[in-house]
Amino acid sequence: MTRRSRTAFVLAGLTAALLLAFVVSQFASSEPDGLDRVAIDQGFAGTASGHGTAGSPLADYGVSGVENSWLSTGLAGVIGVLLCFALAAGLIFAIRWTRRRPANSAPEPQR
Amino acid sequence: MHIPDGFIDAPTSIVGGIVAVGLIAVSIKKAGDTLDDRQLPLAGLVAAFIFAMQMINFPVAGGTSGHLLGGCLAAVLVGPWVGSLAMTVVFIVQALVFADGGLTALGLNIILMGYTTCFVGYGLFVLLRKILPRNKSGVSVAAALAAWCGVVAASLVFTFYYAVGGTGGASVGTVAVAMIGVHMLIGIGEAVITGLTVGAVLATRPDLVHGARDLRPVLVTDGQAGR
Repeated sequence: MTRRSRTAFVLAGLTAALLLAFVVSQFASSEPDGLDRVAIDQGFAGTASGHGTAGSPLADYGVSGVENSWLSTGLAGVIGVLLCFALAAGLIFAIRWTRRRPANSAPEPQR
Repeated sequence: MHIPDGFIDAPTSIVGGIVAVGLIAVSIKKAGDTLDDRQLPLAGLVAAFIFAMQMINFPVAGGTSGHLLGGCLAAVLVGPWVGSLAMTVVFIVQALVFADGGLTALGLNIILMGYTTCFVGYGLFVLLRKILPRNKSGVSVAAALAAWCGVVAASLVFTFYYAVGGTGGASVGTVAVAMIGVHMLIGIGEAVITGLTVGAVLATRPDLVHGARDLRPVLVTDGQAGR
């Protein structure tokens, strides 16, 4: 229950997420998802407009310029996993930091 | 279940955006009030895992697929406030970087797939834990059942969006029936993944599962002994 074993757990979990995104995602179904299926069947799929970030180098879970579709999907997944990890961990650390700043020694002034 | 731009009209999307900002602000405040130091890096791990799992569409009946939404899973692992923030990060990254889920629909998507599954799922999880055996299996089963309900609840929330601001002129009744029907199937996948993942974490580091805090041995609870 030490800090080190917690770090090991986080690294193991992150490795699992990277494997899911790099390897298992290759076997994902490309059929429309539940909402897309309903939109097609009920005739409102055509109301979807083009995506504002369709020009992103990672749009639609592929890395633009990478010809091999396997590698393109896998790399996009790895980048997404690392980005989500960093942003979510960063956000929570930032929340923690702003709460800690009034110092552990002095009580937080009443607002 | 990512809503693209255009399915829901602009006024509804704007209201959705404002509501989502409000919910995120509440989550930030509440997460700060309840932060448990041991869970700091876990928020990143939860977001990373849910992003990866959302890439993996599994087939359901009739040329249709589904993927994990994950709010119930996130809430059981790190609590609903931190969990909802991790979910929000995933949807922002998907919309801005991967062009998945419309930009104008981002707020709607955060409420639909993040907050709905997180809070409906966690609320039911807490109720189910009172009924089910007070052990690790009970926690996993409660998480799985609550996750199924969270997905079906999200299909109801989409139907509500469509009733308020849907485009394309489909009948709200038939949209409701179709959405609920297909998500009752997708929810089975959500339940299986949620139950197995919670089970796997409980098997390795039960002390890191927010929803199983009451199963921690009394001597290692930190500041929770008075509960």
